[in-house]
Amino acid sequence: MNYLLLIYANEAQTAAMDPAALTTMTQEYTEFTKGIIQAGQFKAGDRLKPVSTASTVRVRNGKAAITDGPFAETREQLGGYYLVDAKNLDEAISIAARIPGAKHGSIEVRPIWPPAG
Amino acid sequence: MEEIFRREAGRVLATLIRLLGDFDRAEEARQDAFAAAIEQWPCAGIPANPRAWLVSAGRNKAVDRVRREALFHSKILNLERAGAEAGAQVFIDEDEEAVFGDDRLRLIFTCCHPALSSDAQIALTLREVCGLTTLAVSRAFLVSEDTMAQRLVRAKKKIREAGIPYETPPPELLDQRIDGVLAVIYSVFTEGYAVTSGNELMNEALCDEAIRLARLVDVLLPRNPALIGLLALMLLHDARRRARVSDAGNVILLEHQDRGLWNQAEIAEGLALVDESLRLPGRVSPYSVQAAIAAVHVRAPDKDSTDWRQIVALYEVLMRLQPTPVIELNHAVAVSMVDGAGRALDLVESLAARGEVKDYHLLNAVRGSLLQRLERTAEAREAYQRALAEAKVEPERRLIAARIAQLDAG
Repeated sequence: MNYLLLIYANEAQTAAMDPAALTTMTQEYTEFTKGIIQAGQFKAGDRLKPVSTASTVRVRNGKAAITDGPFAETREQLGGYYLVDAKNLDEAISIAARIPGAKHGSIEVRPIWPPAG
Repeated sequence: MEEIFRREAGRVLATLIRLLGDFDRAEEARQDAFAAAIEQWPCAGIPANPRAWLVSAGRNKAVDRVRREALFHSKILNLERAGAEAGAQVFIDEDEEAVFGDDRLRLIFTCCHPALSSDAQIALTLREVCGLTTLAVSRAFLVSEDTMAQRLVRAKKKIREAGIPYETPPPELLDQRIDGVLAVIYSVFTEGYAVTSGNELMNEALCDEAIRLARLVDVLLPRNPALIGLLALMLLHDARRRARVSDAGNVILLEHQDRGLWNQAEIAEGLALVDESLRLPGRVSPYSVQAAIAAVHVRAPDKDSTDWRQIVALYEVLMRLQPTPVIELNHAVAVSMVDGAGRALDLVESLAARGEVKDYHLLNAVRGSLLQRLERTAEAREAYQRALAEAKVEPERRLIAARIAQLDAG
C-alpha cells in the first residue's frame, strides 16, 4: 500500500537554524532517504521551497483565479514529502517516525487510493 | 446452544475478521453461521468442535455471499486464498486455543490502535471485543444509537482504508501499544464507575466488561505487571461499588462507607494481584501504584486505622510517574491526614496558583473541606459555593450542598 508522508514544520524556525544545525539536518535526511531506498520502501520524495513562493489556483466558471500564497495559513507549513510503499499503517508510521523533521515538526500519514480501473 | 453462541461469539468473530480481512463481512458471516447452526444442529446434533464448525460455516457463507454479490473476480480469489492459508491453522486441534487466542489479541490491538480516536477505540472495543450491541455502546457514551453507528462505521472504514493491520504489534512496539489497550480498558471502567445520574445497570455492565477484558488480556499476554496492576485497581474499586452510593442516590465517601457492603472476594483477589504486580520485574506502572493506594484503604479495618503515611508516600511515587493535577490534589488530601489541614491547604493553593487544574469543582471542594477543618468558615463556604457552581454531576452537587448546609447549621 502506498502512503504519502507530508512533512510539516514551522518555516520561520527552520529559516532561523544555524548553519551547523542545517548541515546536520541535511545529512540526517540523506541517511534516512538512503535507508528507505535500500529497504525498497522509497517511491518518491522532495523538499519544497517555502510557502512565500507558493501560488494557489482555483478555476470557477471556467476562469482561473490565481492568488499569492498557500491554500491555507497554518502554524506549520508543508515543507516536503515522501511517497512510500509500506505493508500497512504501522510500517508507514514507523517510517514517518524516522523522518528527521518529525523531531520538531509533524508528519501526516495519508494512504493513497489505488489507481482506478 | 445459546450458551455455546455466547461463549464462542467473540472468538469466532475475531478469527473471521482475520480470514475475511473485513469487520463488516466478518459480522455478517458470523450471523450467517449462527443462523445455519440454529437450522442444522437440532437435527444433526451439536458438532464435536462447534467453534471450528462456526468459523468454517461463516467463511463458506462469506464466500457464497461474495459470489452472489458478483463482486470482482479478484476479490473472490483473495478470499479463497486467505481461506486456504488460514484453513490449515483453524483445524489443528492442539493449536486451536492458541490460534483463537491470537486472533482475539489481534482484534483487541486493532480496536485499540492509536491511529483511531480514543472515543472510537473505546466504542470499537465494546462493540467488537466485548460484543455489546450498538445501542448499548451508545448508551454508555450518552449519544444516540445513530450517532454511535456512524462512529463505528467511520472507525471501521479508517481501519480498512488506512491499512491499520490486523496484527499483534511486533516486540519493539508491544509495550507502547499495551499501554494503549490498558488506557481503553481503564476508560471503560471509569466511564462505568463515575457517579453519573441515572443508569446504574449500564454502569455496572461497563465495570464488568472492563474487568472481563483485563482478564482476557491477562490470559493472552500473561504476567504483564501494568495489566495486573490495572486489574487489581479495578477490582479494589469495584469491590466498593455498592457501598459508595446511598439508596437515595447520594455519594458516600470512603470514610463513611459501610465496610460490610464491600465485596470481600474482589478485595482478596485485588490485594493478591497488587502484590504480584509489584513483584514482577520491569518498570512500576502507575496503575500498580494506584492499586497499592486502594489496597491500603481496604486493608484498614476502619477509617481511623488507615495508614495515611503510607498513602502519602505512594502518592509521592505516583506524582513522579504521572505528574497530573488530580494526583497532586489527592496527595494534598492524604497530606492533610498526616500533617494537618494547614500544610495541605498550602499545597492546594500552590496547585491552584499554577492554573493547570481542569476540574475546578474538585479543587474547590477539597479547598472547602480543608478550610472547614481549619474553622475558617466564611472562606470554606465561599470555596464550596464555587465548587457547587462548577460541579456538573447531580450526586456531586448534592454532596457539596450538604457540606454547605452543615456549615450553616453549625
